[in-house]
Amino acid sequence: MAAAKTVPAIELINVSRRFLSPTGKSLTALRDFTMTVERGEFVAVVGPTGCGKSTTLNLITGLASPSAGEVRVMGGPVKGIDPRIGFVFQTDALFPWRTVIENVMAGPLFRGKPMPQAQASARDWLSRVGLSRFEQHYPHQLSGGMRKRVALAQTFINGPEILLMDEPFSALDVQTRVLMHEELLRLWSEAKASVVFVTHDLEEAIALADKVYVLTAGPATVKSVYTIDLPRPRIVADIRYEQNFIDYSRTIWADLKEEVETSYARAAA
Amino acid sequence: MTDAAMDISSRAFRPGTSDAEIEAAAAKAVTHRRRTVIFWRVAILVAFLGLWEVAARLAWIDPFFYAMPSAIALRLYEWTTEGTSEGPLWYHLYVTMEEAVIGFVTGSIAGIIIGVALGRNRMAADIFSIYIKVINSIPRVVLAPIFIMILGLGLASKVALAFVMVFFVVFHNAFQGVREADRAMIANARILGASNWQLTRSVIVPSAMSWIFASLHVSFGFAIIGAIVGEFVGSRYGIGLLINIAKGSFDAAGMYAAIVIVMVVALGAEYLMTMVEDRLAKWRPQPLHETQ
Repeated sequence: MAAAKTVPAIELINVSRRFLSPTGKSLTALRDFTMTVERGEFVAVVGPTGCGKSTTLNLITGLASPSAGEVRVMGGPVKGIDPRIGFVFQTDALFPWRTVIENVMAGPLFRGKPMPQAQASARDWLSRVGLSRFEQHYPHQLSGGMRKRVALAQTFINGPEILLMDEPFSALDVQTRVLMHEELLRLWSEAKASVVFVTHDLEEAIALADKVYVLTAGPATVKSVYTIDLPRPRIVADIRYEQNFIDYSRTIWADLKEEVETSYARAAA
Repeated sequence: MTDAAMDISSRAFRPGTSDAEIEAAAAKAVTHRRRTVIFWRVAILVAFLGLWEVAARLAWIDPFFYAMPSAIALRLYEWTTEGTSEGPLWYHLYVTMEEAVIGFVTGSIAGIIIGVALGRNRMAADIFSIYIKVINSIPRVVLAPIFIMILGLGLASKVALAFVMVFFVVFHNAFQGVREADRAMIANARILGASNWQLTRSVIVPSAMSWIFASLHVSFGFAIIGAIVGEFVGSRYGIGLLINIAKGSFDAAGMYAAIVIVMVVALGAEYLMTMVEDRLAKWRPQPLHETQ
């Protein structure tokens, strides 16, 4: 039992991922990628646009498989889609023809829970994200931030042990984003899930995470890993003015900047 | 008339205008616009019918070929009150509608099922797409004589023709709708725990629904075409038969009267379909068609 406890939630060991372009050429998205996420750890992954950040998440879900190397979830190899995983998407992935509560109920119903139980649990999650009054609304009637909160409820209702987030808040305005950060940290501290949070926003990464992985310009590999030693619970709105935060931000940005410039120069060429 | 519209805009821009005033002005502008649209619609219809009538009466056009609105109205009146030479009008209309509706329902159900099945299964789609293309290239009406030969003069041959007219349209849209389903939404459903069948039923089909409905609108018209062409080629009852008989006796008014009946029925069906669609698509921000 003691051994099982120490097994990390997610391990990517020397993973490469290649795929074929429409013209038949082989492209490498990930190269010798190694990452470990401990149980209950919040890991942020930052890197220049288009470097292959999202690919890492797809490998963990089982939606994609590695060309070389090994991906392990809770100590076991990835076989298909793991029910212990939850995923929050960058784009709006809610079902627009379902009401808010029907959207949140989707997961439990897909997994064979009886209707009354799913409904009760959906009500509970909607109240936790503060959307009880909007049960019967359709997604298009909500603001972007509210839709994101529905997406969080939809994911958390399944009780995921691993939470993968692919630039989930990038489409929101700055104020709403800070509110969503608070919301996410609160839900995470209650659920005690392991999180991989992919973003291109360095400040967001530092404010939320225990560890920040900086990736190189594509094909992506790990450039450096920083442990963020800021006390929790964090107040995201205020933390960015603390000296520690500013120091982290400056150090990591110096590192990331090179990759961003490489990536930019390559795109311009 | 234009004065009123200008008045509204100038009043809305004056400082200190209350909300109620702006709303009232806006409501007035909307009513005014609607009235203008209806006025011109009616005016154009009246002008068209009037010109036709006058032209026929003054022998600018030969009423033997073109009939005239009053004669058509008279024929419609006779048909509805006294029945046609082939029996009561309602029975003919009933027969044609029965053929069209059965062909429409079976054709669209088959089109949706096969379209979704092939849309979900890339391998099957690749294998069968060539045959579907080949069959689709046949102009459907040439099948009418074959169906009548095989299935006889009755209901079955007309239903078969309406079925093939409807099937391909609905099939293509259902197939395309499935292919266009949002990838993030599909990935989301799979991670939330949806099995393949759950994914098809609760994500793929609903998201293809607006494509499918777009095809249902046109395909009811196609079902009527199928039924009527079938009746032309060989039948004992139906609106197509009435047109055929009118043609045989050089009864222009009779032919136009039959066309008017088909028009009214097709418009009624379209109206009904729009109502059903609006009911089903209440989740959509706004309907894609303009409400009238």
